[in-house]
Amino acid sequence: MAKARGLVAVNIEECKGCNLCVVACPVDVLHLADSFNTHGYSPAEYDGEGCTGCGVCYYACPEPGAITVFKNWAEAQEAYICQTKNVPSRLTVTDAVKGLAECEACGQQVVLSNFRSLSFAE
Amino acid sequence: MSVKILGKSKGFYDTYERRPGSNKEQTHYCPGCGHGILHKMIAEALVDFEVAENMVFISPVGCSVFAYYYFNAGNIQAAHGRAPAVATGVKRALPESIVISYQGDGDLAAIGGNEILHAANRGESMTVFFVNNAIYGMTGGQMAPTTLIGQKTTTTPYGRTLQNEGYPIKMAEIIASLESPVYVERVMLADVRSKNAARKAVRKGIRNQIEKKGFSFIEVLSTCPTGWKMTAPQSEEWIKTTLVENFPLGVYKDIADQVEPLDLSSNLAPTERVPKLIGLEQDKMEFDTAAMKIAPQIDQEIKIAGFGGQGVLSLGVWLSEIGMREDLQVSWIPSYGPEMRGGTANCHVKLSRNNIGSPLVTHPTVLVAMNRPSLEKFEGDVVDGGAIVWDSSLIDVEPQRKDIRNIPVPATKIAKDLGNSRVSNVVLLGVMAGFSDFLDPLVVQRVLPLIFKKKHLLEINLIAFQKGLELGRELSD
Repeated sequence: MAKARGLVAVNIEECKGCNLCVVACPVDVLHLADSFNTHGYSPAEYDGEGCTGCGVCYYACPEPGAITVFKNWAEAQEAYICQTKNVPSRLTVTDAVKGLAECEACGQQVVLSNFRSLSFAE
Repeated sequence: MSVKILGKSKGFYDTYERRPGSNKEQTHYCPGCGHGILHKMIAEALVDFEVAENMVFISPVGCSVFAYYYFNAGNIQAAHGRAPAVATGVKRALPESIVISYQGDGDLAAIGGNEILHAANRGESMTVFFVNNAIYGMTGGQMAPTTLIGQKTTTTPYGRTLQNEGYPIKMAEIIASLESPVYVERVMLADVRSKNAARKAVRKGIRNQIEKKGFSFIEVLSTCPTGWKMTAPQSEEWIKTTLVENFPLGVYKDIADQVEPLDLSSNLAPTERVPKLIGLEQDKMEFDTAAMKIAPQIDQEIKIAGFGGQGVLSLGVWLSEIGMREDLQVSWIPSYGPEMRGGTANCHVKLSRNNIGSPLVTHPTVLVAMNRPSLEKFEGDVVDGGAIVWDSSLIDVEPQRKDIRNIPVPATKIAKDLGNSRVSNVVLLGVMAGFSDFLDPLVVQRVLPLIFKKKHLLEINLIAFQKGLELGRELSD
């Protein structure tokens, strides 16, 4: 079994539930949710554990921003910079299935699929 | 060490504000469509190679016609099948741009078959992505030139037959048989391995253009779950089992390493020769600009409308000619029916001190109405405080608006009295020069001889202009 060191975050509003990522995932840690998003699709969802960060699902997915893969979550969570307080901080995953985390410095919830608006130390 | 994240490329907008409707988050493609996957690969390559700023994406007619909703880059939407021709123009005018022609099988292999062959044969420096899904997706699943024998579509309900529709056309093989293309490959979007190979081909195609190697052509076998009536995973399976049997993958040509980079600057026509080529050189005039009274305070957007044959379009051309000699930026765009005479016609003219973005005039500052339907149709579009110049000898109603300058001119009557009803448009030109500040009568009088080369025509037109000018001055007092 490959080492589970990645983290996949699905933006449920961008996902169209085509199932390609679910089929493609080599470690089988994605599934389609039972619920619907606002566009009427059942989006893909992370099982919550086991992602190796291989990125296969990212390239399988036809939507530009539906899937975000942190290739090495341990590094990413330590490199996080809190923009509210402008200090180096740390992320703790609060809901792996929904891709939510909490900033240690300000306590605010961080949506991981919004990675383009987050900052990380170089 | 930087954090490694695979996610939405910076080559895409955050939200797709250009997309109409409430859904600004998702692409308009069907679930499982291959377009999105290829878009991602292109956007990623452009950002990685730091050329996203220079990219001009030529989108075709097909599902990907709306690619400009998503790519944070330059875009031109071309007429059906004409993307390679438009790409040729862009690349020659802007040799440093990265021009991508992105076309589907209906666009490239059917209606645009001619364009792509000649662009490839000329070895234009561009990258062509040919998305082959063996069907017309956008229009509802009709047969494409690439549809397989036996494949059922809405227009081949019993399956494509050899006798009736012939063999599916193999574009990669055809393009590879030409001398000029430097790189031709066929890839597919079907599983991890093939998508990785496709990603490499996309990067090579774009890299070739950055290195000025010439024409690269990448055929991408892609899914159309809706057109094929399958789920997305089934579609990928169908590519692997069936489509690829008919369209073998592989590099059909790659001479990029053997060719010297092209000297693209030599493709440009020297700008100093342009005035001579379009016959402007002998018209060169020296003006004492200090003595010119024109100083247009606002840029003029003029709409001229009437029957065909009244000189509607010509009047617009003359205004542009005059504007050019007043050192203004000008544009002229005609709009008319198929009739040479009698149909309706109008034209849009812009006179501006700055570059003109779009030649369309939707809210004219001056409306010249030469018949009643035109007055009624366009009166409401005129800006507040704009002017409506109308031929009161042909139009038997008054403009309803009170917030505009109402300038009735019996132009046709004046022209008839002068002996030629066809000069009524010149009368209107005179009126405009008389009441407005954007036409200098001196310039007009020097431009008219360039338009009317025959002496007797010039004489009557100069008189008509003078009549209009006097009338315009009276009206402005």
